[in-house]
Amino acid sequence: MTNSWTDIKNTDLVVIMGGNAAEAHPCGFKWVTEAKHHRGAKLIVVDPRFNRSASVADYYAPIRPGSDIAFLMGVIRWCIENDRVQWDYVRNYTNVSHLVREDFGWADGMFTGYDAEKRSYDQTSWEYQIGEDGFVLTDETLEHPRSVWQLLKQHVEVYTPEFVENTCGTPKDRFLKICEMIGETSAPDKAMTSMYALGWTQHSKGAQNIRGMAMLQLLLGNIGIAGGGMNALRGHSNIQGLTDVGLMSNLVPGYLAMPRETEADFTTYMSTRGNKPLRPNQMSYWQNYGKFMVSFLKALWGDKATAGNGWGYDWLPKLDIVQYDAMRMFDMMKNGKVNTYFFQGFNALLSFPNRAKMTEAFSKLKLMVVMDPLATETASFWENHGIYNDVDSASIQTEVLELPTTCFAEDEGATVNSGRWLQWHWAGATPPGEAKSDVWIMSQIYLRVKKLYEEEGGTAPEPILNLSWDYENPEEPMPSELARELNGRALETLYDPADPTKVVLEAGQQLSGFGQMRDDGSTMGACWIYAGCWTEAGNMMARRDNSDPSGMGIFQNWSFAWPANRRVLYNRASCDPDGRPWDPNRTLIEWNGEKWAGADVPDIAVTAKPREVGPFIMNPEGTGRFFSRRLMRDGPFPTHMEPFESPMANPLNPEMRGNPVARVFADDLEKMATSAEFPFVATSYRLTEHFHFWTKHNRVNSVTQPEFFVEISKELAAEKGITKGTRVRVWSARGEIWAKAVVTKRIQPLICDGKPVHIIGIPIHWGFKGAARKGFGSNTLGPFVGDANIETPEFKAYLVNIELVEGNA
Amino acid sequence: MTERARQPVTAAANPPVSPLDSNLLPSDVVQASAISNTPMPDRLLDSVAKLIDVSKCIGCKACQSACIEWNDTYPEIEENVGVYENPHDLTPDMFTLMRFSEYENPESGDLEWLIRKDGCMHCADPGCLKACPAPGAIVQYSNGIVDFISDNCIGCGYCVTGCPFNIPRISRTAQVSKKCTLCSDRVAVGQGPACAKACPTQAITFGTKESQIALADERIADLKSRGYENAGLYDPQGVGGTHVMYVLHHADQPSLYSGLPDDPRISPVVAGWKGPAKTAGLAMIGLAVAGSVLHGIFAKPNAVSEEEEREAEDLVGDSRKEV
Repeated sequence: MTNSWTDIKNTDLVVIMGGNAAEAHPCGFKWVTEAKHHRGAKLIVVDPRFNRSASVADYYAPIRPGSDIAFLMGVIRWCIENDRVQWDYVRNYTNVSHLVREDFGWADGMFTGYDAEKRSYDQTSWEYQIGEDGFVLTDETLEHPRSVWQLLKQHVEVYTPEFVENTCGTPKDRFLKICEMIGETSAPDKAMTSMYALGWTQHSKGAQNIRGMAMLQLLLGNIGIAGGGMNALRGHSNIQGLTDVGLMSNLVPGYLAMPRETEADFTTYMSTRGNKPLRPNQMSYWQNYGKFMVSFLKALWGDKATAGNGWGYDWLPKLDIVQYDAMRMFDMMKNGKVNTYFFQGFNALLSFPNRAKMTEAFSKLKLMVVMDPLATETASFWENHGIYNDVDSASIQTEVLELPTTCFAEDEGATVNSGRWLQWHWAGATPPGEAKSDVWIMSQIYLRVKKLYEEEGGTAPEPILNLSWDYENPEEPMPSELARELNGRALETLYDPADPTKVVLEAGQQLSGFGQMRDDGSTMGACWIYAGCWTEAGNMMARRDNSDPSGMGIFQNWSFAWPANRRVLYNRASCDPDGRPWDPNRTLIEWNGEKWAGADVPDIAVTAKPREVGPFIMNPEGTGRFFSRRLMRDGPFPTHMEPFESPMANPLNPEMRGNPVARVFADDLEKMATSAEFPFVATSYRLTEHFHFWTKHNRVNSVTQPEFFVEISKELAAEKGITKGTRVRVWSARGEIWAKAVVTKRIQPLICDGKPVHIIGIPIHWGFKGAARKGFGSNTLGPFVGDANIETPEFKAYLVNIELVEGNA
Repeated sequence: MTERARQPVTAAANPPVSPLDSNLLPSDVVQASAISNTPMPDRLLDSVAKLIDVSKCIGCKACQSACIEWNDTYPEIEENVGVYENPHDLTPDMFTLMRFSEYENPESGDLEWLIRKDGCMHCADPGCLKACPAPGAIVQYSNGIVDFISDNCIGCGYCVTGCPFNIPRISRTAQVSKKCTLCSDRVAVGQGPACAKACPTQAITFGTKESQIALADERIADLKSRGYENAGLYDPQGVGGTHVMYVLHHADQPSLYSGLPDDPRISPVVAGWKGPAKTAGLAMIGLAVAGSVLHGIFAKPNAVSEEEEREAEDLVGDSRKEV
């Protein structure tokens, strides 16, 4: 989230699209209710299903799964055409005036530089024109044909209301009504918030869906303001924290990059990360990258990391490909290239696409280790449960070790919520049976591996032997010790660079923020964005002061929000170019003549004068991007792409299938179907009654939603002779499932490309373990392809067929 | 000597951290089934109410879950029969139920998914109590709560007939009638009902009836500003008003909400039975047992024997040893 849960109460308009906050985030949804009740805010829901969020919305429109980009580009086009643009914001805070290279362009839904063989773009032309002074060329009149503004207008020209209606199935009058409601928030004193989740990420172009809304929010001046922003609702407790500390195979903590093998030494690695400002006076905060990376390496290897050995850079693994995401690992597993795999809090048999492929992959493992508080289907993938897990147990030779772990309520530590708040919690219960904390288990493995290296030697022992492991009890480091390490500390006395007689921190003292990090080895800190969470003043995450002097839900002294306890990112943009709040009734910060101050921590150097430094301080331009340069693999503008399995051809280019740069393994492509065989669109979702695959183990949750079902429209039900509560079979090119049928008016056939498109809703929560009735999930059927940038599986739009079945199977 | 609990003011209040004495006493009973001469209470509690704002309800069933947890009931894990209602109806183990109704509004052309939390309405004029032949099985307190006292219940099912909302359910195993108590045991120690406490969107609130009507007025004004011209409060006067009320978008058509009665009234049969005939028929019994029944209602459930205390201590001690 750019903002926070509590900030949503400040909004005038909530748009829930690409998510279902009432259903999947019911507790956070209270802030929507609050905004509606006490601010008179309106709620718009755009979703293939009239869902629980829609049940309390002011306005709802249906959309065909996988067509969000067309919708969003259509809204942008409408706003431009009808001058619903926050002009002062757009001119001053975005890159609309920046000039783009002459050789950049697009045609037939593709951008310049496409290489069909490599399924990749040569992105050279996707860049600004740079002047001799090293700065990007601009045209403040926005009339230059190569300005981002002119290119944006051209890019969205095709997305007319008719195009949207034809592609998305959204009735034109509903689309236009939503455009009008959204357009009103272009007023400087109106705010709109975007709440989204996996409804946007689980597509082969998921990141571009989100880009589309981010661009719209820039156009309306809604980024950085109270009640505005792009608010990603995280789907697991603490998944935000996991991402922050390096969940992705291509990241190390704090969103720093895992080195590539082409970056053989630290100097080479840093050479492309200078982040020189692209416009005068800009902060380009990533210029401090080296300080964060060195502090991270010092946290890993302590005294062993020196300037002479590139701070131990050599001991970091180097990627030979872009990333080893989960789908690639499972594909490698299936091809016999993985012997051992740890599933730590990961029930992949129910959560990754094409379950048959999962089972095949797991069967090739020699050793599967499962660390989980619950009995997962993954750990029991080899058990035969009839139709619910129809495997030949005798043919599976994988050894499975289950290591029972504590759950969140049984240990201490911080949980990071969607709003980036690190909230410390304490153990509320004693772990049952033999359950041990994940930290204990990982420590035991580490200590044993280290002992083996010490006794027997081996290839590249340094990363293990040199690892800093300075804990009171090496067998099980305390959460407080790990938290202090994530925050970082001074390793020697730190002096003020501006006044060398002044001591900033003594050796051994905790850093008070990432601004104190150094690239000379004098500081350590495992996750730079967490700096400030455990300072000399103590554990900031454990703070529980719920006073809120501004009344805006900022709660500065409740827990700690990264970065720097800032609650609204880009909050410099909540003020006009002279530093006065766009809306004085919702002041986050303002320029008081000498510095920036206010209820929130300013997201800019506090003495940075208005009109000199842009609000988007992480970008070398200092501006927010409509044109995203070379930062995304599938284009600098979002362009409509069909799902890989779609009921219609891409109207921009009938030859194009799915996302042209998404990675698809050959045998998976063979298992992708067309609408000739599989005429119906499936989309997956969650239900409020359950949390993922956990709560089916709980009796109460199982009472409230006992059995797996799929949802279909009355029209499709009539066509197939299905009535409510009957049993149906749903199958895709990859598998089949059986379910009860819920027949509903809340799903309507949509007319796309002149033909009716029927949608089948498939919730995810059932398996063959736990208290609830045995069932399936959506992943049995889903296609094995992910987003082109981050490989999130395309669970939200694929093709299936359905039939009524007699009897029980 | 512990302190007597205050009367509850909201469902959001934190629970007490030290034991409190119940503030819902036998002497607060103003009506009891089949007892005609309930003693006049020496005090009158504030009239309480639970307000259910269907326009804020997202149908998450947290209320159902909290109800199961608090009352320690054990509903069946049923089948899916093609609807979102689970269990499929109120049961002796499920005192409240989210009911879902898909309504195509002919005026706006919009689909509406009307979700209503069903359960006992705690009528000011309770048909169940009137119909009940078992002395002291159903009582009404001066704060408006209508409670079933299982120890006195004979499981005859007359309360079901008497209820204009079809709420009570008879347990065939325990042979008693069960329904929502408005968490009388929580209210007794200054807490609001478990469902209201658990509700994530504050669609369920609790307080004095006066405060809940004021809140409802605020909500109705908001709904009218959003185009729901007929938004209103459901506090049906046919049963003397209720201590569970709804804010409805379509207060002119309550039955849209999964058959909420448009104008609930106690069945004339029950009203007649409650009339002179019943009074005459039960006068003898009633006179004889009134005092002892009212005492017996409360003496039993609240008592903890020394032996039970010791067992509890042992259990706690055991779990400490495991640490």
